[in-house]
Amino acid sequence: MKLNLRIWRQKNADTPGAMATYEVDGISSDMSFLEMLDTLNEDLILRGEEPVAFDHDCREGICGACSLVINGDAHGPERTTTCQLHMRSFRDGDTIDVEPWRASAFPVVKDLVVDRSAFDRIIQAGGYISAPTGSAPDAHATPVPKPDADSAFEHAECIGCGACVAACPNGSAMLFTSAKVNHLNVLPQGAPERETRVLDMVAAMDDEGFGGCTLTGECATACPKGIPLPSIAAMNKEWLRATRKVRR
Amino acid sequence: MALGTRTEEKKPSRTDRQPSVIRLFWRSTVGKKAVMAVSGLIMLGYLVAHMMGNLKIFFGADEFNAYGHWLRTMGEPVLHYSWALWLVRVVLLLAVVGHGVAAYQLSRRDIAARPDKYVHRKRRPSYATRTMRWGGIILALFIVWHLLDLTTLTVNENARPGHPYENVVATFSTWYGNVVYIVAMLAVGLHIRHGFWSAAQTLGMGNATRDRVLKTAADGLALLLTAGFLSVPVAVMTGVVS
Repeated sequence: MKLNLRIWRQKNADTPGAMATYEVDGISSDMSFLEMLDTLNEDLILRGEEPVAFDHDCREGICGACSLVINGDAHGPERTTTCQLHMRSFRDGDTIDVEPWRASAFPVVKDLVVDRSAFDRIIQAGGYISAPTGSAPDAHATPVPKPDADSAFEHAECIGCGACVAACPNGSAMLFTSAKVNHLNVLPQGAPERETRVLDMVAAMDDEGFGGCTLTGECATACPKGIPLPSIAAMNKEWLRATRKVRR
Repeated sequence: MALGTRTEEKKPSRTDRQPSVIRLFWRSTVGKKAVMAVSGLIMLGYLVAHMMGNLKIFFGADEFNAYGHWLRTMGEPVLHYSWALWLVRVVLLLAVVGHGVAAYQLSRRDIAARPDKYVHRKRRPSYATRTMRWGGIILALFIVWHLLDLTTLTVNENARPGHPYENVVATFSTWYGNVVYIVAMLAVGLHIRHGFWSAAQTLGMGNATRDRVLKTAADGLALLLTAGFLSVPVAVMTGVVS
């Protein structure tokens, strides 16, 4: 496969960036999108040019490190992570636009790499449970109803990649925050901080400069882990409940 | 056991400080959206009543004018003349202002949160979703026009105070009266289509199983209100009401 790539190049956070055009040849349809970029980077290094910086880690679709907005879609045309997107989703001779996540809370570090530490600070605000450390408790020590366990697991699938923010026209982190809040709030282990968790995490989310939710549904469409849009409604419910409870 | 853990005093969480409920709501994007949802539902409830009242025009001038008069005498003798109407107006004004200010502030924030647009753009959200902001501005301007037209009668030539039936006919006998009204009613339909469903999500009433019901209800309400409101200018234009 031969491809025309238009990639966002930006030296650092303080320098304005621009789209640059590259041609890559000899791409196999079995390559992942990141392997295709590796091929480009090898070419660039051989030509003495600066390789394209992009985030990646496990390349198994489970760590949430990779990003990239490909042809206007966060993680590209398939509903998966960029590392699990394969070149068979494209055709020979295609022009592909590759851009970084766009949100003021996710400033560009270099080229396609953005700073997603805002997510870490949201987690720090309440995405944990207070539990005694020590030996692992018996699995059946705390009974969890099956629907609750399923719901918690569905939300626990969030890998914090930030595709929801990238896809949202408002740069909102509601889907991410709702996944993290709901994951712990439905479980008995998360019950002691149920109210403070949602209030603190939503406040931290607002402090980071993410936008608000206008329920366009773009986030849930982009999410590689299929966190559903009703998660946001569930978090809103938790938030409203917490405003009543926490004051008593 | 647990030798590695420190029992440090936890730094006070944001919620330990306990801001007032109003501050808590107004400071949070989630809370401000809840204000928009509640004020929107208040206005929606009013619109349903307003639309049904409008339909009385099909029963003739006497009944419509009597209904217009009743709006001022309702609540009597407990309330003084037109007090109930003013009460409704005050609630509506609060709802409109709350809805508008929250929308303005949230929109400013949303636009600031996404300063750089993508080079490769895609338009996916539905038309109703994309037009919430401009639609809202159109509706706000329409409310001003509508009040000047049929409440204060400032811009309505040939209007006579106390004769709502004749005034409605006068409004819809002009081309601009019809155009403004029809555009606004289409905007209100679109606004309700996304707004009603959104309000349910914002107030935490949405879930996967209820989603279909809520979307159908939003579409039904939007269609019903738009059709109901539009039936009046159409009736005047076709001569059914004159």
